Amino acid sequence: MRAAHFCESCGKVQPPVPVDYFSFFALPPKLNLDVAALEKSFYELSRRLHPDLNARAGSQEQEWSLEQSSLLNDAYRTLRDPIKRTEYLLHLEGVELEEQSKSATEQARATGAIKKQIVPPDLLEEVFELNMQLEDLRMSKKMGEDDSSLIAEIGKQKLSLEEKHEALIEELQAHWNTWDNLIDRGHAASEERAQVTGTMVDVLNRRNYIRNLVRDVNAALEN
Amino acid sequence: MATDRIVGIDLGTTNSLVAFMQGETPVVIPGDDGLNLLPSVVALDANNQPVVGTAARNSLIETPERAVYSIKRLMGRGVEDIQEELKLFPFRLADDMQPGEVLRIKLGDKTFTPPEISALILRQLKRSAERFFGGPVTKAVITVPAYFNDAQRQATKDAGRIAGLDVLRLVNEPTAASLAYGLDKKQNGIVAVYDLGGGTFDISILKLHDGIFEVIATNGDTHLGGDDIDNLLITIALDDIRGDLGVDLRRNAEAVQAIRKAVIEAKIALSSQPSIKLDIELPGGQHYRREITRNQYEHLIQPVIDRTVGPCKQAMKDANLKPEQIDEVVLVGGSTRIPKVRALVKELFHREPHTGLNPDEVVALGAAVQANILGGGSEATENMLLLDVTPLSLGIEVAGGVTDKIILRNSTIPASATQFYTTQIDGQTNVAIHVLQGERELAKDCRSLARFDLKGIPPMAAGIPRVEVKFLIDANGILHVSAREQRSGKEAEIQVQPSYGLTDEQVEGMILDSFDNAEEDFRRRQLIEARAETATILTALEKGKKSAAWGQLTTDEKKQIAKMEKALAAVNAEEDYQAIRKAIDALNQGTMRLAELMMDTAVSTALKGKTMDETDLGEGPTAPHPMAKAEFE
Repeated sequence: MRAAHFCESCGKVQPPVPVDYFSFFALPPKLNLDVAALEKSFYELSRRLHPDLNARAGSQEQEWSLEQSSLLNDAYRTLRDPIKRTEYLLHLEGVELEEQSKSATEQARATGAIKKQIVPPDLLEEVFELNMQLEDLRMSKKMGEDDSSLIAEIGKQKLSLEEKHEALIEELQAHWNTWDNLIDRGHAASEERAQVTGTMVDVLNRRNYIRNLVRDVNAALEN
Repeated sequence: MATDRIVGIDLGTTNSLVAFMQGETPVVIPGDDGLNLLPSVVALDANNQPVVGTAARNSLIETPERAVYSIKRLMGRGVEDIQEELKLFPFRLADDMQPGEVLRIKLGDKTFTPPEISALILRQLKRSAERFFGGPVTKAVITVPAYFNDAQRQATKDAGRIAGLDVLRLVNEPTAASLAYGLDKKQNGIVAVYDLGGGTFDISILKLHDGIFEVIATNGDTHLGGDDIDNLLITIALDDIRGDLGVDLRRNAEAVQAIRKAVIEAKIALSSQPSIKLDIELPGGQHYRREITRNQYEHLIQPVIDRTVGPCKQAMKDANLKPEQIDEVVLVGGSTRIPKVRALVKELFHREPHTGLNPDEVVALGAAVQANILGGGSEATENMLLLDVTPLSLGIEVAGGVTDKIILRNSTIPASATQFYTTQIDGQTNVAIHVLQGERELAKDCRSLARFDLKGIPPMAAGIPRVEVKFLIDANGILHVSAREQRSGKEAEIQVQPSYGLTDEQVEGMILDSFDNAEEDFRRRQLIEARAETATILTALEKGKKSAAWGQLTTDEKKQIAKMEKALAAVNAEEDYQAIRKAIDALNQGTMRLAELMMDTAVSTALKGKTMDETDLGEGPTAPHPMAKAEFE
């Protein structure tokens, strides 16, 4: 696969062929990935595809070099990050994440509806309480009151959220293994694939929800 | 070889430089005054001819309404975002400026856009390089602050084109500095470059790995630098004067420039002295005197230099690094000479910064390194490759005035993103797209880069067309957009309205308008110089013919000289400077014996008892030489 980026006989940059990010690096579509090895091939390919090193080539080659190296950078940026990598694989499998999908966001805005936020049921109570505390914090800050006990309470909640976040990442990695086994086995039935991707979507949605909460908490504490 | 003569240019707020890779080392090319730094000041002389550099800086005080400095602050900006600048800098906008138009600055009674003024500075550097090489220079790498947005980059590229330069690459200043740093260090690790210049601040964190310079995160402020410190000191002086003497000098441009010159000198002195005494003569002969201690000064500038803290912390956060994980902090930019700045950097990164580089020159030297890489590299730059990032997120406006980010900041460039658009009404053939740059949630808080109109979409029912729009940020950090309607396969036409830029046609016009056009101008100057040399050698020959030595030549030698003299006179009337030089060289060779004989005669005359004082020393060299006229006061 990799040879396709260059001419086999003269070594010159070739026009990009539409491939997915995994194929660009000649990798199978698996989720456990050796990031150090990925970085190594990123550097190797950069040394051949980057526009700086093709600045004296013909204009057609320069054009290809620009396209190929932007594809390389996009692919590397996506694959080296575990969450982005998972989301990208789900996208390849035709699954859109509800919470993040742009179409959902735009649709919600266009219809004036509040975007559907899937609150994980086991978090409902906690989230409700946390939002109350954050509101109190904003109020007391506005009034210039002492809020040290409230801050301590929110800090505790934040810690618990971060632990949950960690746990979800571990859970996600377990699903990676299931997925990778399917790929190793070869021809996996579409129901099997859909089942794994479905669970991963669920984990990712929960994870994104918690990440947003932590972000809100940080913002409230910093202000 | 000539095709590979690519120079590196640091187009700075305060000073600009041009450098070149000489063998294994980058070197700065001095100007005709012998100095490496060209003040980034442009003025018009009494004949409305542009003057650049030291001469222009001198005219800041004499004829401030005909001069401009710190033009970099206005590059790629609209009239609405320079209101702060207008309060602090004597920029004089054209009287008929329209909102949304590219800025036009008045010099005397002429007006210039910021790219045109920058082009005059670039042209001066280009000339210095041409003198250095003895041949035309048409290709360059130009540095820009890492935190420059698309419009500011585009404006810099336009300036290059107007100056007759093919800008092969825009390189971020801190990254360029890291190239110069890495060239002799050759070691792996994490390096932070803290670059506080005359008008801009950048922080970049890089990973150096076997010759690859990978930027991990960058941040900054394109309106923060030494200028801000100068303005603080100027304001204080003006306040003092108004309070004590009851004179308001704020509108007196000459007085303000005299004060500015004095406080800049004071600022520089305060980096090495515990206190300084300001003594400025005001119009009317009164003197403004004040002592400033280092302590007071540091207290005063603290708020300015504290503004670098936020960007540094954000960059470390984005890079996911703690100060302890950074191996070295490199200081760049003249303002990092201030001890208080160094102390701040030490506190931020928990280590002594590396001060081994010349903070004024290292960016230009790095640009020369990058120019060498683009030109095919050399032994010194073998294996070196720069992987830079885009400093700001790229977004598009979606329903509700919200920014949808499609390329995040700190993404390695080139980078791309693809978006799909459709129509809302049956038969709709146009779709408007608003491209933004910045980190804020709402479109109105981000910088508007351009509005695109996708045109020529085949008429279909609403929602059926599927227009694929590809956004690509190239290695210069500049955005390119292309679009295709997927169902018909038709390329959609894109009409770009750059929010603050010049159109291609405008730039073309400016290139034609500019008084200097690369090859032609270079040829003309060479011709003038060659003809001056012809005059010199012919005068010398006439003198020789009258000397005693002439009689000692053989008839054959005399004939030969006469023939060459005639040949030189003939080509001198033509336009080919190279032919003239050849004829001069030939005549020089042919008159070698005559010169030797004349020398012998002179020596024997001296031996006959004449003192040196009585010997005719002539009028000194009349041939062109690289030194400018000396200045006397």
